[in-house]
This record gives sequence, structure tokens and C-alpha cells, in this order.
Amino acid sequence: MLTLECPCCGVIADETELQPGGEAHLKRFGPGSSDDDFDGYMFARRNPRGVHFERWRHAHGCGKWFLAARCTATLEVFGTYPAQTSAPPAELQAKIKARRPDWEGWT
Amino acid sequence: MSDPVRALSGVSDKGFATVAMAGPRGMITLRGDLASAAVKKAVKAATGTAVPARRRILAEGARAAAWMSPDELLILVPFETAAATVAALQAALAGAHHLVADVSDARATFTIRGAGAEQVLMKLCPVDVATLAEGEIRRSRAAQAACAFWRSAEDEFTLVAFRSLADYVMAILDNAARPGSALFPA
Ligand SMILES: [Zn+2]
Repeated sequence: MLTLECPCCGVIADETELQPGGEAHLKRFGPGSSDDDFDGYMFARRNPRGVHFERWRHAHGCGKWFLAARCTATLEVFGTYPAQTSAPPAELQAKIKARRPDWEGWT
Repeated sequence: MSDPVRALSGVSDKGFATVAMAGPRGMITLRGDLASAAVKKAVKAATGTAVPARRRILAEGARAAAWMSPDELLILVPFETAAATVAALQAALAGAHHLVADVSDARATFTIRGAGAEQVLMKLCPVDVATLAEGEIRRSRAAQAACAFWRSAEDEFTLVAFRSLADYVMAILDNAARPGSALFPA
């Protein structure tokens, strides 16, 4: 079972209170972009076996979106953070690096 | 004004906790900048309370203010004063970015009473109910229905759900409280 702490309301939320929103930190290419850029935005995902950055919504709770870093191989949760950011917080990246020395970074 | 009618009139009292549909209650959704002086003043006038801190519910007699999200409160008032409270809140917040909506008729309120009340919620909600503090409101789900609940008295919880799901919520609460099914039999 997956539990994530919602940074908006502080609840340690069970997976069943949450709605997954896919990969975090995607750069959106919308109307007016090239077909290649839109194709990449729409379909290309990193999907590594290991450290993932994801969007989650506390759907059966405060209703807010937040971001989470976790390992898809072990289900270890490194942390959650507000959605109003374009990069994982530095301290979270340091924590992940400490736990996964061969992690290549989030970009 | 027509007489308000509850979604259900049922009371379930055969189990280890008593589940009852509570009477109509005025409920108002207020969204805006909860840290602003305008919202603080408007809430004080509407409920007599301060703006509640994260996940708190503050009551003053029959009125209360509950924290629903970082930019949303639920204002609880006697049913017959809801319309006037909405008007007062809108007047107090004129000029500030906000939303005030009377949701009284969209909600159904239940009370779960008795020494086993906590166990009813433990069965239905993915919540560590035992650690729910006095004055804390928790939004979650009861089986498949969105809900919010808090400790409203000794051995009593109040639970709010959508009125359209009142029948379902009553059924799952009744089932969770049925005789012989206590998690921690007395
Ligand atoms: Zn939340």
C-alpha cells in the first residue's frame, strides 16, 4: 500500500484517497507548437525503473494537486512537495542522491 | 420559505452505535485568501469564530467554521439563517477575490453516537480515527462516497456527505454498525 503526505493539508493519505496524475515537471507544448514537440509532450515519458517524480491529487481530501518523488522499483517514497514549483526541491534531490548514489538526476 | 426536508428520516439504533440523519443545517462554501483581513472579519461576523487553522473546526454555539483546503472554508449556521449569512459574507467580501455559495441543500449530515462510534468510521474510512484530535475535521471517503467528519461531542461524530448519496451513506453506516460486528467487542 502506498501512503503519501499531502503537503497542502498535512494528511498522511492512503492511496485510495488519491488520484494519480502522471509524470511531473513536463513542459507543455500546446496549440501552435510543432508536431514533433507536441508528440514528445503527449507521448514520450522517461518511465525509468527507479526514481519517479509524479503528480498526485488529494481527491478525497483537500482536493489539491501536489508532487511526489518515489521509487517505482521499491515503492520507497522520498518525499512530497507543493505543485507550484518547476523543479524538485534541492533538499529532496540531495536525499534521493544519498539513497540512490547512481541516480542520474531529474532532468 | 418552504419547510426544509431531510434526505432521509431514518435512524439506525440496533447496532453497537446509533446512526441518525441529522436535521437540515445551513452550509456555505467560502473560498478566498484565508489569511486576508477581509476573510477573517467576514468569518468572525458570520460564525463568531476566527478563521480555523489547517484541518480545524471552530464552533460557537450552533455556528462553526471548518477548514476544507488552503483556500476553502465550510461555514455552518442554522438552516434558516443560511441565505442571510450568504448575503452578509458577499457584502463583507465585495471587492476581494472570493466565492460564497449556499450548499445547504447539496449536503446531508449524519451523527454517529455511542461508545463504538469510532469503530464505524474505522471500518469505512482510510483514516487513523483514533488519532483524530478534538476540533479536527477530516475530509476523506466513507467507502466510495466523499465525506468530512469531526468529533462533535463525547462519543459522537458528525459526518457530512453529498445529499444525492444520503441513501448510500446511511446504508454503509448502518451496515458498519450492525450488531455483533464491532472491531473491539465490549
Ligand atoms: Zn490534502
